[in-house]
Amino acid sequence: MKKADFDLVIIGGGPAGLTAGLYAARARLNVILLEKAMPGGQVITSDWIENYPGFPQGLSGADLVQNITQQTKRFDLNIESNEVISIDCSENVKKVRLADRTITTYTIIIATGASPRKLGIPGEDRFYGKGVSFCATCDGPFYKDLVVAAIGGGNTALQESLFLTKFASKVYIIHRRDELRATKILQERAFANNRIEIVWDSVVTSINGGLTNVENITIKNVKTKATKELVVDGCFVWVGIHPNTEFLDGCVSLDESGFVIANLKMETSLPGVFVAGDVRNTPLRQIATAVGDAAIAAFSAEHYIENIK
Amino acid sequence: MAANIVEIGDDSFDTEVLQVDKPVVVDFWAPWCGPCRAIGPLMDEISVTFNDKVKFTKCNVDNNPVTPGKYGIRSIPTLMFFKQGNVVDQVIGIVAKTKLEGIINKML
Repeated sequence: MKKADFDLVIIGGGPAGLTAGLYAARARLNVILLEKAMPGGQVITSDWIENYPGFPQGLSGADLVQNITQQTKRFDLNIESNEVISIDCSENVKKVRLADRTITTYTIIIATGASPRKLGIPGEDRFYGKGVSFCATCDGPFYKDLVVAAIGGGNTALQESLFLTKFASKVYIIHRRDELRATKILQERAFANNRIEIVWDSVVTSINGGLTNVENITIKNVKTKATKELVVDGCFVWVGIHPNTEFLDGCVSLDESGFVIANLKMETSLPGVFVAGDVRNTPLRQIATAVGDAAIAAFSAEHYIENIK
Repeated sequence: MAANIVEIGDDSFDTEVLQVDKPVVVDFWAPWCGPCRAIGPLMDEISVTFNDKVKFTKCNVDNNPVTPGKYGIRSIPTLMFFKQGNVVDQVIGIVAKTKLEGIINKML
């Protein structure tokens, strides 16, 4: 077999990618982690994490990522800010095309995570950064004593809405069903919070405003079909995620929603290519599950390399 | 923060950004914003690459509410790119290093 530049290329620098890097570096693999910006991923938008074990008081997403990054540095993990444009897996030695060069590797771990899904309604793009937001920890303090809408009914929507009540005088949670999907403890806290009002059975059909700011949203009751306008200063969107897989271009099998399919060893449909974290077809997307995936993926990659060398 | 990144505010925005001949990048941030903490080191790296040609600045929106208000900023991190006092580009949230370099190269 031709000699490759690396044993392992990890794509993505969230908790999954960093953990895979930690395991691979300790296994003394010749590994590089590629992150298009800086280590973090979705978790750095999380204000407070209280279900990741080992931190009794909880901690912020930014602090958690900083801790894991420091831990990888202890074992000299090579992290580079670079964007993967595409991968070519037609040969045993795989090619990874970056913004400025192409590198070769025996194995790849895909840990590119997911991005917040958009609503796809009028006004959403126009007011992005001017009243439409996907990140409460980034933008919540801009809404001190103002009224905001939060769209969604899952864990993220509730956790972040509770955070918004530290600033906003009122948070409407707009939810399309008559019950929430979020975990019970978050529901209890939301129901007990007098700044939160849940608007049931409703969807947002447009976000409206002036030149530079949101003034109101149009909501439609899915049962009665009645529409009305709700006066808000901002609109936070938490309606799920979509996987970051554009660069794969059909290289590995995806499920019907575009998530990467893998077996218990985190092997994808293509030998030598593994997956970990939110980008995987998995029943639960948490930091705890992402780091578990990553440990297995790194272990599997190590064995694959031993067998082909 | 890299030594060549200038901390600016409402009082100095005019002289430090708008009246500067070189292209200027302004990073609007706040200590409470997680993604801003991730953008910080990226700006440090890029500011070294473009050290002579572009001026890099940071504006803390907590201490300086007037300037972000003037530009309608309600999400951070927001990076704004100025040339001779005019806004030529703006990006919100975390962006790839290559994209930032692309925008800056276009400004030169």
